[in-house]
Amino acid sequence: MTQLQPSPAGQPATRTAHPATGTAAFLEVRNLSVKFPTDDGLVSAVNGMDFSLERGQTLGIVGESGSGKSVTSQALMGLLKGTSARVTGQALFQGKDLVTLPESGMRQLRGRNIGMIFQDPLSALHPFYTVGHQIAEAYLVHNKASKKQARAAAVDMLGRVGIPSPEQRYDEYPHHFSGGMRQRAMIAMALICEPELLIADEPTTALDVTVQAQILDLMSELQEETNSALILITHDLGVVAEVCDSVLVMYGGQCVESGPVDEIFYDTRHPYTLGLLKSMPTLSSSSGRLNPIPGQPPSLLDLPKGCIFSARCEYAALAGDGVCAGQRPELVVEEGHGKRCHLSGPQIVTIRNTR
Amino acid sequence: MDTQAILQVENLQKHFPIKGGLFSATGSKTVKAVDGVSFSLARGQTLGLVGESGCGKSTTGRMVARLMDPTGGRILIDGADIGQLGGRDLYNFRRKVQMIFQDPFASLNPRQTVGTAIAAPMLAQKINPAGGLKNRVKELLEQVGLKPEHYNRFPHEFSGGQRQRVGIARAISLNPSVIVCDEPVSALDVSVQAQVVNLLQEIQRDTGVAYIFIAHDLSVVRHISHEVAVMYLGKIVEQGPREELFRDPRHPYTRALLSAVPLPDPRAARQQQKIRLRGDLPSPANPPSGCVFRTRCPLFGTLGAEHQQRCISEIPRPASAAAPACHHAGLESAALAGVQ
Repeated sequence: MTQLQPSPAGQPATRTAHPATGTAAFLEVRNLSVKFPTDDGLVSAVNGMDFSLERGQTLGIVGESGSGKSVTSQALMGLLKGTSARVTGQALFQGKDLVTLPESGMRQLRGRNIGMIFQDPLSALHPFYTVGHQIAEAYLVHNKASKKQARAAAVDMLGRVGIPSPEQRYDEYPHHFSGGMRQRAMIAMALICEPELLIADEPTTALDVTVQAQILDLMSELQEETNSALILITHDLGVVAEVCDSVLVMYGGQCVESGPVDEIFYDTRHPYTLGLLKSMPTLSSSSGRLNPIPGQPPSLLDLPKGCIFSARCEYAALAGDGVCAGQRPELVVEEGHGKRCHLSGPQIVTIRNTR
Repeated sequence: MDTQAILQVENLQKHFPIKGGLFSATGSKTVKAVDGVSFSLARGQTLGLVGESGCGKSTTGRMVARLMDPTGGRILIDGADIGQLGGRDLYNFRRKVQMIFQDPFASLNPRQTVGTAIAAPMLAQKINPAGGLKNRVKELLEQVGLKPEHYNRFPHEFSGGQRQRVGIARAISLNPSVIVCDEPVSALDVSVQAQVVNLLQEIQRDTGVAYIFIAHDLSVVRHISHEVAVMYLGKIVEQGPREELFRDPRHPYTRALLSAVPLPDPRAARQQQKIRLRGDLPSPANPPSGCVFRTRCPLFGTLGAEHQQRCISEIPRPASAAAPACHHAGLESAALAGVQ
């Protein structure tokens, strides 16, 4: 990798950062890549992700299906260990590299220090065990506690996530719970050991808006209480706008734009992010035609040589002949706001204002 | 009576009996999935049907397509009661109402080429288009933004958005007057969702088809609908023209629903006054007495005892264009502004 970009302060971390510096961020991901060998060839799901996160912060990772956001989170949780996936790069969590950490070390961290909330609580909860048992189990694994203490802790946690009469609910099975309550139970399970880092993969996608609002409020409250760091993976820009401090937009396994939430929405610097924002119908917009991004996402089996977004980008011609199609842009970070695009700042401003 | 109406639904009901165990008394309990729903739909217009899961919006759509028979009420298409249709008339009715389903993966047969899938309704209806069936299918493929050479491909060769286009081509193949779209874009990514929404609008402009657009995404519903009906626990709680309903929602549930939609605008999101509903949808097998929304209603707690009593004991009048199904909708703006 060439190192063309100016060395910035703040996030995301750049490749120029020194791995040896002691003042590492709480979580620092450097050049993380995940490839899956398949019968059709090598699928490049994640291609050189860099970002960092501090405690108490919420990072939103946004992208469409197949953009690599879930695979990134699985790599962080070490869930790809023992599979055919090839994970390279670094993910330093409090100084420990999650990529090279053996499974035994990962087990120590999982649940205890890093918690995860999955999208579909029905398939993430075991149908044969009571909800309470599954929550208490996480507590027993990481604490020297009696079953009684574990039960008390689980009941307390169920109460904290807003499940009514937790003492009775402890002994019920997942199928007794509604969708929203199951998601609350999942959150209780992820938070029972008060992890410092919580990864939530589309935690509200399967829920109705009214319940989604409750769950998002709950996650923000609990995060404030425990001062944990939160990575929220979603495709919903509305959810990002409501809860995140900073945002990372993914496309084709790469970060195409990253920065503080307000800048991503009001000072958008990548044509893909602009396209996403323009294609959404909003509650306030008057009707008319929506502006979809033309075309389809690229195949991860055969990524284009140049900018991954160039085939769908309406402004590729502006950058000069063939640059976008021929040369992969680097992620350039200026004052904490990164973009991976050949277009210059003034060009982007013009595009933003004309549409 | 609206002469322009292609579809009229009057006091529609769908009550499912709950089957008890072998020895329990059966037939006593029912789930009122749809309970007294009325609306009409004009030619070339779109009615958005919104609500949380389990509110009965899909069941309503399925009854309109007569995939399910109602247990009460009537559905009139072009003035004819579809519940009375049988034999040849029912067969002919199928041309008039078509459906687009949510999951473009499950709604296409994986062993059938898309050409065969799109031709199936015309074959079933013994329609011989001028120029031949195959040419008609190729025309349809082009109309929905696919290529004629896709004719011999299988569903797995297409992306989600493209499959949804196949579903749309199949639905419009018989030139229906009404298409029931059951969450047609919910499974799609935003950039692709916009393509499909635009396509649906183009088709409506070109053919004058009317849509029942069922969705839980209020921003999409606002974008595509002319009229909107908000459902809660089997009933319509508020309905009206799109602009009015979104500008000035009058039922406390509509307000809460609108306020729960996350805004893709961080500054506005921070300033927005939020109404949060507590708890989940009550079980439709055991709905609350009186107003079904009262158990979660943010307004209810602010009311005096006698007003509350009215919510508990008296079922509100069904929602009409003039008034929502709420006893205290008039009080609401003042009271809710005070709550929060």
